[in-house]
Amino acid sequence: MKLDARIPSGPLAEKWQRLLDEIKLVSPANKRKHTIIVVGTGLAGGSAAASLGELGYNVKVFCYQDSARRAHSVAAQGGINAAKNYQNDGDTVYRLFYDTIKGGDYRSREANVYRLAEVSNNIIDQCVAQGIPFAREYGGYLANRSFGGAQVSRTFYARGETGQQLLLGAYSALSRQVAAGTVDLNTRTEMLDLVVVDGRARGIITRDMVTGEVEAHAADAVLMCTGGYSNVYYLSTNAKGCNVTAVWRAHKRGAGFANPCFTQIHPTCIPQAGDYQSKLTLMSESLRNDGRVWVPKAVGDERAPNDIPEDERDYYLERIYPSFGNLVPRDVASRNAKNVCDEGRGIGPSKRGVYLDFEDAIKRLGVDVIRTRYGNLFDMYKMITGEDPYTVPMRIYPAPHYTMGGLWVDYYLMSTIPGLFVLGEANFSDHGGNRLGASALMQGLADGYFVIPDTLGEYLATAKLEKVGVDRDEFATSVHEVEDRTRKLLSINGTRTVDSFHRELGLLMLDKCGMSRSEKGLDEAIEKIRALREEFWVDVKVPGEGTELNQELEKAGRVADFFELAELMCMDARERKESCGGHFREEYQTEEGEALRDDENFVNVTVWEYAGEDTPEIAHTEDLDFEFVKLTQRSYK
Amino acid sequence: MRLTLHVWRQKNADDKGEFSTYELEDVSTHMSFLEMLDVLNQDLIAKGEGPIAFDHDCREGVCGTCGFVINGVAHGHQKGSTICQLHMRHFSDGDEITIEPFRARAFPIVKDLVVDRSAFDRIIQAGGFITIRTGSAPDANAIPIPTDTLEHAVDFAECIGCGACVASCPNGAAMLFVGAKISHLGLLPQGQPERARRALKMVEAMEREAFGACTNYRSCEAVCPKEISISGIARMNKDFRRASLAGAAPAHGKKR
Repeated sequence: MKLDARIPSGPLAEKWQRLLDEIKLVSPANKRKHTIIVVGTGLAGGSAAASLGELGYNVKVFCYQDSARRAHSVAAQGGINAAKNYQNDGDTVYRLFYDTIKGGDYRSREANVYRLAEVSNNIIDQCVAQGIPFAREYGGYLANRSFGGAQVSRTFYARGETGQQLLLGAYSALSRQVAAGTVDLNTRTEMLDLVVVDGRARGIITRDMVTGEVEAHAADAVLMCTGGYSNVYYLSTNAKGCNVTAVWRAHKRGAGFANPCFTQIHPTCIPQAGDYQSKLTLMSESLRNDGRVWVPKAVGDERAPNDIPEDERDYYLERIYPSFGNLVPRDVASRNAKNVCDEGRGIGPSKRGVYLDFEDAIKRLGVDVIRTRYGNLFDMYKMITGEDPYTVPMRIYPAPHYTMGGLWVDYYLMSTIPGLFVLGEANFSDHGGNRLGASALMQGLADGYFVIPDTLGEYLATAKLEKVGVDRDEFATSVHEVEDRTRKLLSINGTRTVDSFHRELGLLMLDKCGMSRSEKGLDEAIEKIRALREEFWVDVKVPGEGTELNQELEKAGRVADFFELAELMCMDARERKESCGGHFREEYQTEEGEALRDDENFVNVTVWEYAGEDTPEIAHTEDLDFEFVKLTQRSYK
Repeated sequence: MRLTLHVWRQKNADDKGEFSTYELEDVSTHMSFLEMLDVLNQDLIAKGEGPIAFDHDCREGVCGTCGFVINGVAHGHQKGSTICQLHMRHFSDGDEITIEPFRARAFPIVKDLVVDRSAFDRIIQAGGFITIRTGSAPDANAIPIPTDTLEHAVDFAECIGCGACVASCPNGAAMLFVGAKISHLGLLPQGQPERARRALKMVEAMEREAFGACTNYRSCEAVCPKEISISGIARMNKDFRRASLAGAAPAHGKKR
């Protein structure tokens, strides 16, 4: 597997411009002759499809939801970063770049991250022009807030629903192209395979989720914008339908999978209430600006929180990290919550929870200020838990939220399969070992609006593609494989439901490949995953037919892929013998219990190559070259 | 607690459909309504019966995927929320609950509680956007927008496109949905150039679908999970009338 990142030469700040100056273009008359497939309609897919349609390409878009407006980007609460420096607080493109690299614990590519910071300002301009109602100051100009412990206020937001507003912007741009006839939109359609012809991605196989019809689609390039894989943990903040299937099938067709063990467990989510729990709800990170995190000092303290006196409470983040306190980064906050619960000091019915207490903030600022800042979050918390956070401390616990790992891409966002491009959370490129708050929306839109329209053109202009139709054997073979697999899933007729397998896998992954990992635990997990996967293929029960709307069948296909991914995640976590970002290996920590990076051996990206059924995947590495940034140890003490 | 559910079961669009009754034991008050259905579905699968198909995705009340009718009310009785945010603590031991899909001519039933809301997408495609090329935007701070105007626009922009408004309207009207988008964009300075054209195009598209007309029942507003005001319908009517009277039909150069 060849890993050439194709980073343009020259100073950091000139690389992207240099590429734009030099790349070949597709002539306007030829654009409509190129068919481009886009899978997924979140921020990355929606913005890419809209922009490519506008340029004149013939675009075919697919999403599993019943409308393109529902992709999971819609659920992002906090905001989107940009280096506008509207606050005059010293922000620059370089500073946004630097914070993102450092926040990612130096495991992302300098050139990609710099470009991300560079185009961040264009995103805000574009979105405002589309009618996205970002919050404003009284003078009518845009407001910003500080997010996730950043020292500058660079986050743009729209109430607590920034993702929804940004997605509706991309959806409206996409809708305009559908009406213009440049985009053919296919909803309730799931991608089940990638078709590679003569070494290039030339199409996909889909299943119509209403009729069950399996169909082949040919194209000159395929863009996968299918999001992350946090649902491998079953319980996560992701939507129920989020899955790794498109990405995984592409991986099995030859796309390298980079850093699968880099996952982010978000510290502030509502804890699990029972065994029936179907998903976890995020409470915005901004709550930690005013809330104080604590647990009882004593193990097994069953008293109600308000009955526990001040001197019997352990405000553990303030104690361990006096300079950052409750505002330590996500990975640090999550790991410490796990630690205190492991010590038996967790709270709530499940004992997997910690308090986030607003009593002091309400005393200091008054209840009205707190209501203005967090009213909608408090209401949501009350709706879900039935408890009133104005009078009783919130209960929170970490939950899988985002995956930094994903398909490997070069600077052009092209995977190891020529013609297969990967955008947004589905790729690995920009967040390294840990993603900063308000950076996911930025990356999705940067890739879709401002990177792919140029880099895709370069591919099409230079690749000299011959015409390939769905009559090629590769398509027929792939259709048969997809149909066989569906038949297989339906024919097992065992005793366990898909969900029961998924839950078991999720618990195992959270325990062994979640907030902390060890070689022993990972070895055990790999064994158990294999056994569970075998059991799945002989004992799963998928009712119904393949020729109808069959939600169990959809889930079964996704869970089957999650098993394979889970094993790879554990292998990757085992090979990365260091702690960095969200990846904490128990064997590699400082004396004080903090993450210990190994910059001698692991300033690199691990890229996994699929090697066939039941054959171990092959690990390759891309060395990360830090030309401009000096590596430092993160410290929040 | 114990519950009796009467659930609409319909195999596909052509099937006639009927209510089936299910008895549930040990329903936890902490469950969400959808989790209660998940548990029922696990039982049905174990018994070899088909699980109930229902749409859902984010389960955080923002994607607009979920939605059906509980005891005659779209999204159930809890005000300002989608079904995924409704928890079982709002029900009592022994309750009988009737669950049926959103019923509207414009939303054909796909299966059980799943309906086809693609008519909404077609309306947005007709004009629910601001025409702006990628890359051609001026600086975001070039046009100041008073906070009151902005906040007013957000109130409409919050629409999640779930379709509860249509399902609850005796006429099956989509005007709260269309009015929300026309108001969101029409309130903002960026939305002015296309304001007349947008109203004409979207209303035309709405009328091509099988939606009814508004006769001021206000049931849409009552069930809207985002509590969108019917003043959006008034804005829509105003924009539409003004555009129609001014003959602002698609403008083409001199013909105007």
